[in-house]
Amino acid sequence: MLNVLIKRLCAVSLAVAVAGCTAAPIGVGVNDPIETQNRGTHSVNRAIDKAFVSPASKGYGKALPMPVRTGVSNFASNLNLPGQVLNNLLQFRIENAGHNAFRFLVNTTFGFGGVLDVATDAGLDNRFTDFGETLHVWGAPEGAYLELPLVGPSTERHAAGRIVDLLMNPLNFGAEGSLKTAATGASVAARFGDRYQYSDLIDSVLYESEDSYSQARLLYLQSRRFKLSGGAQPDYIDPYEDVYGNE
Amino acid sequence: MNNKFSRRAVVASLAALTLPLPAFALSGSAAESLVNAAVADINKIIASGKSERAMQSDFQRVFERYADVNIIALTTLGPARRSASKAEVSAFVKAFKGYFTRKYGKRFHEFVGGQIIVEGSRASKSNVEVQSTAKLRGSAPFKVTWLVSDKSGSPKIFNIIIEGVNTLTSERAEIGAMLDKRRGDIGALTADLNKLG
Repeated sequence: MLNVLIKRLCAVSLAVAVAGCTAAPIGVGVNDPIETQNRGTHSVNRAIDKAFVSPASKGYGKALPMPVRTGVSNFASNLNLPGQVLNNLLQFRIENAGHNAFRFLVNTTFGFGGVLDVATDAGLDNRFTDFGETLHVWGAPEGAYLELPLVGPSTERHAAGRIVDLLMNPLNFGAEGSLKTAATGASVAARFGDRYQYSDLIDSVLYESEDSYSQARLLYLQSRRFKLSGGAQPDYIDPYEDVYGNE
Repeated sequence: MNNKFSRRAVVASLAALTLPLPAFALSGSAAESLVNAAVADINKIIASGKSERAMQSDFQRVFERYADVNIIALTTLGPARRSASKAEVSAFVKAFKGYFTRKYGKRFHEFVGGQIIVEGSRASKSNVEVQSTAKLRGSAPFKVTWLVSDKSGSPKIFNIIIEGVNTLTSERAEIGAMLDKRRGDIGALTADLNKLG
């Protein structure tokens, strides 16, 4: 699996070199050549969620009131911002780099170290990015669909981006022991917070649908592509033409 | 044939004849006010403070009133409806309505304390896209596009796209998977839909 990933990473960098700096087209349809393997990972992920993540997140969500949970997740995402600024620069999106750098400054100072997201309240919206998006901007294709252990739905490009994000996170170099521990703790807690906050949606996909694998895949691909397209309206079928047009 | 039915048939054939004329097309403002009315009804239900069960059945009524559940059902069934008999299809549509309204009606509390702001609309394909921003408790604002059409005879919502995620596409995949698992047996699917959601 790692071998495949490394091979694909090389392919991605080659594609980037060849394509220059034109953003890759937004993916369409489902490209899932290793579906059997992905489905295996999915059922393991589902079992882990059922046995551990879901109950733990319920405990977390019920033990802490919403403002505290929001504070924890604000703290975690604020520490993620320097890495995002770096990505914005690599994407040549200078305005977004300034925007995210300013968000980081405002939240770190006036938001008590990032616990309060005062920047968003002041109209500086959250413009999340990652190295997967940087690869997209550089022209790397989306690659095949990939369900990652513990992480969940991804694509080859997004997975490669995650590895780079982990490696180039400024926290790894700049932060000292206790801050690093707090950061890791907060980001894990934030994941539980998300699991709790969106439990209706996640439970309906994982446990109430006929084919949770393909539902999760569809949900992920659509929202990831929407993000990378900058929020452009995706195409959709006209059901009236589809239903009445052929009769 | 009763009056209501023939009137609908006349309206439908008129609509078919006059389709290219913009004067008869659904206006953006009509679509926007439909979405606003649906949102207002949802907020009214939440504010009513009724029991969860009572609210759920109120929500089902809102779905029936504002959504073209008929076209949604037929779309999710896909090509399978062509080989099925008329009776099978109408039994499926009826079962789907119950399943669909139960499934989404159950999730109404996600709207509690939330707000949906309609921002504008534009004509596209044979319908109108109404753009809005949803501000729900504890999550960042997100984009919701409502697809509205009057091809059923009156303006109705036939799809909702939430941050790029197409509800109708997801539901079609779900029904497709259910049908596959039942080896294309629409009768079995219909029977199970009556129990689900």
